[in-house]
Amino acid sequence: MIISVASGKGGTGKTTVATNLAVSIGSDVQLLDCDVEEPNAHLFINPVIELNQKVYTPVPQIDEEKCNFCKKCAQICRFKAIAVIKETVLIFPELCHSCGGCVEVCPEKAITETGRELGVIEIGHRNNLAFAHGRLRIGEAMSPPLIREVRSYTRSNQLTIIDAPPGTSCPVIAAMKGADFVLMVTEPTPFGLHDLKLAVEAVKLLEIPRGLVINRSDIGDDGVQTYAKMENLPILMEIPFDRRIAEIYSRGKLIVEEMPEWKEKFIELYRQIEEITSQSE
Amino acid sequence: MKELVVISGKGGTGKTSLMAAFASLAENKVLCDADVDAADLHLLMDPDIKESHDFQGGSTAIINPKKCTQCGLCRDLCRWNAISEAFKVDSIECEGCGVCVDFCPEEAIDFPIKTCGEWFISNTRFGPMVHARLGIAEENSGKLVALVRQEAKKLAEKNKLDLLITDGPPGVGCPVIASLGGASAVLVVAEPTVSGLHDMERVAQLAAHFKVSGMVCVNKFDLNFDQTEAIEKMAKENKMTVVGRVPFDPVFTESMVKGQTVLEYVGNSKIRSSISEIWLNIRNKLVL
Repeated sequence: MIISVASGKGGTGKTTVATNLAVSIGSDVQLLDCDVEEPNAHLFINPVIELNQKVYTPVPQIDEEKCNFCKKCAQICRFKAIAVIKETVLIFPELCHSCGGCVEVCPEKAITETGRELGVIEIGHRNNLAFAHGRLRIGEAMSPPLIREVRSYTRSNQLTIIDAPPGTSCPVIAAMKGADFVLMVTEPTPFGLHDLKLAVEAVKLLEIPRGLVINRSDIGDDGVQTYAKMENLPILMEIPFDRRIAEIYSRGKLIVEEMPEWKEKFIELYRQIEEITSQSE
Repeated sequence: MKELVVISGKGGTGKTSLMAAFASLAENKVLCDADVDAADLHLLMDPDIKESHDFQGGSTAIINPKKCTQCGLCRDLCRWNAISEAFKVDSIECEGCGVCVDFCPEEAIDFPIKTCGEWFISNTRFGPMVHARLGIAEENSGKLVALVRQEAKKLAEKNKLDLLITDGPPGVGCPVIASLGGASAVLVVAEPTVSGLHDMERVAQLAAHFKVSGMVCVNKFDLNFDQTEAIEKMAKENKMTVVGRVPFDPVFTESMVKGQTVLEYVGNSKIRSSISEIWLNIRNKLVL
């Protein structure tokens, strides 16, 4: 089973929920941090890293000996990554989406592909918890291909927990698509509610069963509760605001380790998710 | 004209709340919400929309079953696995590269331009504002970020206003990169946690990569003094100016519930004095 933890708004507690849930379950579980722009889960998990690997995306390179400057490559490219000016071909690798159209269209077979570094993937573990994350290279714009690469480490015989990026556009979709359940984490404030609604619409589009964790549940107003009722979005857990929890988080510690009474609650959260997914099958 | 872009790396550090507070202090400015993925500034600004426009991003391939002979070439060429065995295009997976369109021997694939969102010019009690809404699960957020910033600049020029304050997106990827080009300075709103420190370092590197001068303020600084000091130290190491600290205070949430900026909601308090001091430091840095 794949559980993707998402939120819409950033800073609502996705990583807190994903890491504490994974550690509470403990074995036969893997945690994939797909928030590759700002990966944080490792700060709480402190995994032993076994493998560190650069990830590349294909971008064109021109063999000027073969090129006859016909401009077909520049014409097919929808991303303005190739320009042909007289007898010069300019390639802008950072604009390339790696579609391969230029390679296919070139009548002289003058285009081959080289790599643009997207970032790195690190694979490791903490005790019986398997861990992987991606780290987008600073200056690289496109996170979805790196997210897909992190997800390629999914082990189908285990429970996989994905820490998704914030927002509702393509990176989040890349981190949720194909999941069996999306656990949404929000805070009961106008910003939290507004972004939760957008995120729920995205999950609906993907037709994935979903449930809600309300973090800092005693601040703000009751807008999120009212919305959850209206949407039939089950509230699976509430974490009240507690300065101790905020401080534990600020030091990079896990709630379930510093306040062990929370471990049972996270296991119960998982039990509820199992129940919902078994019903929807 | 000067543009201040407020970013954070990590989400939820108080970027939009502080940006809105600055909006209530600054004069002669245009506001711009460039967090088009999850735009929240309008919830505090209550904009009166004067103009709305469609945002046209990329195109999506659509196979015409009447012309399609199911030869399979498009499926071979598509690197996104966006075309099913039944020759239907999954619009979420389609990258909009158009390779299938160009190579289809039957010319059976249409490639209509998609409306991916909307953008608006509004009036608010703090002056004009340009904002947008990206469609759910859409791409091209970087394009829309660039567009709203460009329109906000035009609006400022037209109204002879000399400052643009932009609420930027979280992260370090495509939308953030689109929010940095040509900015006079960025303000990074950091929070004193190990995640906050980690993420702030990455946006500091990003600002340096694009040669934009940076400032840092620490929000909720009293939640963890050690992390606050670590963030300020790292800011200095990255040649960023530390412009101040804001204490943790539930009035941020309370004012948000009321749809007000925090400075409209509180009287004289530490919050007011700390935010006013930060704004003064930013003004000095921007030479306003």
